[in-house]
Amino acid sequence: MLKEKDKIFKNLYGFEDWKLGGAIKRGIWSNTKELIAMGSEKIVEEIKNSQLRGRGGAGFPAGLKWSFMPKDSGKEHYLVVNADESEPGTCKDREIMRNDPHLLLEGCLVASFAMHAHTCYIYIRGEYYSESSNLQKAIDEAYANNLIGKNACGTGWDFDIFLHRGAGAYICGEETALLESLEGKKGQPRLKPPFPANAGLYGCPTTVTNVETIAVSPTILRRGAKWFSSLGSVNNTGSKIFSISGHVNNPCNVEEEMGIPLKDLIEKHAGGVVGGWENLLAVIPGGSSTPLLPKSICDSVKMDFDSLKEVKSGLGTAAVIVMNKSTDIVEAIARLSHFYKHESCGQCTPCREGTGWMYRMMEKMIHGNAHQEDIDKLLDVTKQVEGHTICALGDAAAWPIQGLFRHFRPEVEKRIKEYRLGKVA
Amino acid sequence: MPSITIDNKKIEFENGMTVMQACELAGAEIPRFCYHEKLSIAGNCRMCLVEMEKGPPKPVASCAMPAGDGMVIKTDSEMVKKARKGVMEFLLINHPLDCPICDQGGECDLQDQAMYYGFDKTRYEENKRAVQNKNMGPLVKTIMTRCIHCTRCVRFSTEVAGVDDIGLLGRGENAEITTYLEKTIESELSGNVIDLCPVGALTSKPYAFKSRPWELTKTETYDVFDGIGSSIRIDTRGKKVLRALPRINEEINEEWISDKSRFAIDGLSRQRLDSVYTKLNGKLQKSNWDHAFSLIHDQIIKTGKQNSVFLSGKFTDAETLFAAKKFSESLKSFYYDCRFDNAQFIENSNESFKFNSTIQEIENSDAILLIGTNPRWEAAVLNARIRKAFLENNCQIGVIGPKVNQTYRYNHLSDSLNYLNKLSDGNTDFNKVLNNAKNPLIIIGTSAINTADGKKILETSAALAKKIQKNKDINPLNILYQDISRVGALELNFYNKYFDNNYNLQLKKHIDNNKPVVFLMGLDEVDLSILKNAYVVYLGHHGDQSASVADVILPTPAYTEKTSTYMNIEGRVIQTNKCHNPLGEAKEEWKIFRVLSNLINHQLKFNNLSELRDEITKNFNQFTSINELKPNKNITFAKVNKIDDIKIQYNINNFYMNDSISRSSETMALCTKDILNKAA
Amino acid sequence: MHHPGTNNKVYKKINDNFEWSSENFKKISEIIKKYPSNRIQSAVIPLLDLAQRQNRGWLSKNSLEKVAETLSMSYIRVLEVATFYSMFNLEPIGKNFVQICRTTPCWLRGSDKLSRVAQEVCETNIGETSDDKKFTVVEVECLGACCNAPMVQINDDYYEDLDEKSFKKLLQDLKTNKSIKAGSQIGRKSSQPERKLDA
Repeated sequence: MLKEKDKIFKNLYGFEDWKLGGAIKRGIWSNTKELIAMGSEKIVEEIKNSQLRGRGGAGFPAGLKWSFMPKDSGKEHYLVVNADESEPGTCKDREIMRNDPHLLLEGCLVASFAMHAHTCYIYIRGEYYSESSNLQKAIDEAYANNLIGKNACGTGWDFDIFLHRGAGAYICGEETALLESLEGKKGQPRLKPPFPANAGLYGCPTTVTNVETIAVSPTILRRGAKWFSSLGSVNNTGSKIFSISGHVNNPCNVEEEMGIPLKDLIEKHAGGVVGGWENLLAVIPGGSSTPLLPKSICDSVKMDFDSLKEVKSGLGTAAVIVMNKSTDIVEAIARLSHFYKHESCGQCTPCREGTGWMYRMMEKMIHGNAHQEDIDKLLDVTKQVEGHTICALGDAAAWPIQGLFRHFRPEVEKRIKEYRLGKVA
Repeated sequence: MPSITIDNKKIEFENGMTVMQACELAGAEIPRFCYHEKLSIAGNCRMCLVEMEKGPPKPVASCAMPAGDGMVIKTDSEMVKKARKGVMEFLLINHPLDCPICDQGGECDLQDQAMYYGFDKTRYEENKRAVQNKNMGPLVKTIMTRCIHCTRCVRFSTEVAGVDDIGLLGRGENAEITTYLEKTIESELSGNVIDLCPVGALTSKPYAFKSRPWELTKTETYDVFDGIGSSIRIDTRGKKVLRALPRINEEINEEWISDKSRFAIDGLSRQRLDSVYTKLNGKLQKSNWDHAFSLIHDQIIKTGKQNSVFLSGKFTDAETLFAAKKFSESLKSFYYDCRFDNAQFIENSNESFKFNSTIQEIENSDAILLIGTNPRWEAAVLNARIRKAFLENNCQIGVIGPKVNQTYRYNHLSDSLNYLNKLSDGNTDFNKVLNNAKNPLIIIGTSAINTADGKKILETSAALAKKIQKNKDINPLNILYQDISRVGALELNFYNKYFDNNYNLQLKKHIDNNKPVVFLMGLDEVDLSILKNAYVVYLGHHGDQSASVADVILPTPAYTEKTSTYMNIEGRVIQTNKCHNPLGEAKEEWKIFRVLSNLINHQLKFNNLSELRDEITKNFNQFTSINELKPNKNITFAKVNKIDDIKIQYNINNFYMNDSISRSSETMALCTKDILNKAA
Repeated sequence: MHHPGTNNKVYKKINDNFEWSSENFKKISEIIKKYPSNRIQSAVIPLLDLAQRQNRGWLSKNSLEKVAETLSMSYIRVLEVATFYSMFNLEPIGKNFVQICRTTPCWLRGSDKLSRVAQEVCETNIGETSDDKKFTVVEVECLGACCNAPMVQINDDYYEDLDEKSFKKLLQDLKTNKSIKAGSQIGRKSSQPERKLDA
């Protein structure tokens, strides 16, 4: 278990003051000027050495991503913080923003400096109203205390942070859709290349990064890449916030070490599965788009990028959705299919047409109102969507269904059989 | 040059090409729906997916992927075939099976590609989506259930047409194309979305259910509704023109035509003059050619051969002009002219009436001065090039003339031509723009040169043009005529100095003094009261304005019914093709003059069309090479004059109806009512 | 499933006279300052939000057009944005806009029961507005408070850790114009791992 002294998020639950006073007590903004004094190359180097991987879902090495920003492009550079937390199961960034916003803001300054950006936009999902008002108050405090703004923290670096609220669209969590949305358009993902580091917001070099990734970076710089990489294992270092929801006794967000066994996570932090571990049916380990894992895998799997990839799932946003044996597993996944159909931006063909088709087939399978060969048809359709779309939403819509049939195909076959028998009778 | 391997074939490609373009270069056909060369890349249909070795483990959209040196692309692998099949299936699951009643049937990209790349049966068992149709005005019919969301129409209207009228509302499977609150598309180029739509979602309203593509005879020819001479294809069935469609011509119209070029064709079968009429007891009666010829002959003799007048109109071709001129000269009359709008030019300087820079050069321009022209109406397709320059080169545009929406941002300099004095002095901000530009252009419309001061304005503009010229190969001075006949007519010297400065006044004087025979060759743009004392012979195809005052009407073929030579505004010689036989008794104009010359014993030298054309080229060698352009790079008449305060009024009041054909078109009348009058 | 925010039609309202309130007019200039001066279209979502708040929770034709004019955008581009994002309602809603999260994490903890409760207490169907215009009840996708499931959003606030009983009470209080407390309904501060085991 992660030791108290190694926790980065010291006010994750908001028991202490979230405002500047509390933040300073927790050491935030304490020596920001010194961190900046490391210079941008050293900062990026340190983040690289920490092996921090992006916390937004894809797990791309953060230091490497930061290093993609050109040194002198002659254009404005932007840091855009992705606070459009919308992946079902995920509610970690929310806690950072409402309970420890200065942790994020300090990260924004450090990361922006490292990427030669004088301006940072935080794109927060529109539904997070009270979170955005806390964050805005924190921004105002930071300006008032010269922590940001002209000559931020006395570093000589001019730095602005602007909060931008979205308006209800999961797809805006996709980085280029987010940029489109921030530019005042529909949130439809862009074609890549060009990548945002070359042509992002307003055509300028831009890095889009998840809240948690940014929020942990000052602590990494303070305590050193060595400290961070000593947690977890190679390639899966550090600590991370896990959101545990569903059929557990104590649903919660918790910061833990990467690689913690799933079972420990659930039992030690979330009060165990409702009805006991033996009552576990399946777990979606990393937010709605990661394929579910049956109990047999959950018994032993570790919670990190590589371990979960090995069992054909993923760490994603580390949002653990627990389902016990009372769950209608088909409907649980059908609801996700409905989600993806609802959130498809409609731009590209496979996703626009495929998400609806998949959902409708899934809906029928809840009651077994299908033929046995329809299962293969459905799986084939998921394959026709996967990998053929502009952004990853198509993949995200396909994977949960594939996961369902990988582990629960007999359950669906049984339902179809029973339905057809009932029909004949 | 970098190289790329496509289906095991290594080829060289130019930097900046996309994978799709490289594939085409290598001869590998890539299916697509959303991609269109003239529009921005959307990459949304996913039909053009190809496999890229050493790339991501999934296919890439070839339309959007820049080709890279050393790339290895496969266009026929299992991965690609599966991807195409999948996309095709997705496009079809919600597409209605209404091909038998769809106007796109037979020329539908979806139909064609489904044949090549699709499944042969459906496995979709859910309900198909239905989408409500949208009103887009009198030209574009919508059947939105058929839409495949390629967004070509959205991109066309915002990018090329420059009207933010069409959009994609909603998201996911509820996404739908519409105009704002179903208003009419307010663009002179709106019909192009019909061609762009790869399915039958946007079709032609006037053509709805009229014909099937395989029933049509298709003739490649040129458009005559403005001065640029767009390349078009005319589709006919029997003697009826059913469609006019653009042909690709990068030098003139790219892939577009204006709504007038496309939709005024219904005017070709209305109000037609299809027999000879002569006046009996003050009333026009059906007659015959012999009778008409003898009447005209007698009248010419009676009123004095040397007084006969020959006036050309908007559609008058070189053959007619040449024959009329020769006939006139044989009568010792020199009263012939083409300048019905009183636009002036400088004698012996053909750069004073041409679009010298060439149309294509507009898109390289970074500064344009518009003087007395409303290009959006005078040459809608040309205006799209100005917009292109505006978008791509951030072209700075200055306007002398009344403010109207040109679909791009411009700097309104003045309503009065005396602003030229300031430009001559060289101290305005726009002088700086012109001086700093790499490729500045001046475009002068007929509304600036249609007064007695026209020549002065041309000279002053020429002086300015000389001053700003950066590249001696590009002549920045451009005159924009609105009709297809004029440049050719002036090249054929079809004018008489007598009519200089004030065409109407001079004409009236001559008519009132001599009561001559006046031949109107399709000329309807003339003040009818002037003709009161004339013996009017109207040669034309439409019972428009002038026919009502004619003493004799001689029916002639319209532009789709004969082969004609024209010079477009650039001075490019184009030859139209006959798409179907003329209606009724129509006779080509040159034949009419040939017969009359016989009767008057001054027989013209040619006996058939090819002899006539030989005569033309012998006398005017600028008509020799078809479709080739030798731009005039000189400016010989530069001179700074002091210009009076002349307020410009554009001489075009209605884009849709401004010639005898479009005035007869019901579709154009509907556009006038629904678009112009509503907007006003 | 009907939802006033996922609708592509502009609602025709009688007497639709939308003008910015003087207070909001001031706010607009503050909002626009966040973006480069040649990129003020970026402010379209914030301005639509502002207009919607001023217009009792939904966007009328004139309010859409006012936003377009304020930002020099064409109407169709603004309508595209308004129809794309689910938080922009294109038809009138009740005083309390009750959004019940229906996605799997909330559903696992009983969100469908909440939907039944809402229909009962608010006396309306999902996707509709009650006759007294007090409630519009809709089911929505994941609101990102999964560790406090099931939850609903009523107007701007989240109400979390609900069950049928607490939700019923909440709605009844709203119905009788009593004040209600946002956040966890079992007294949690946020998403810490403590919760009554019988919940």
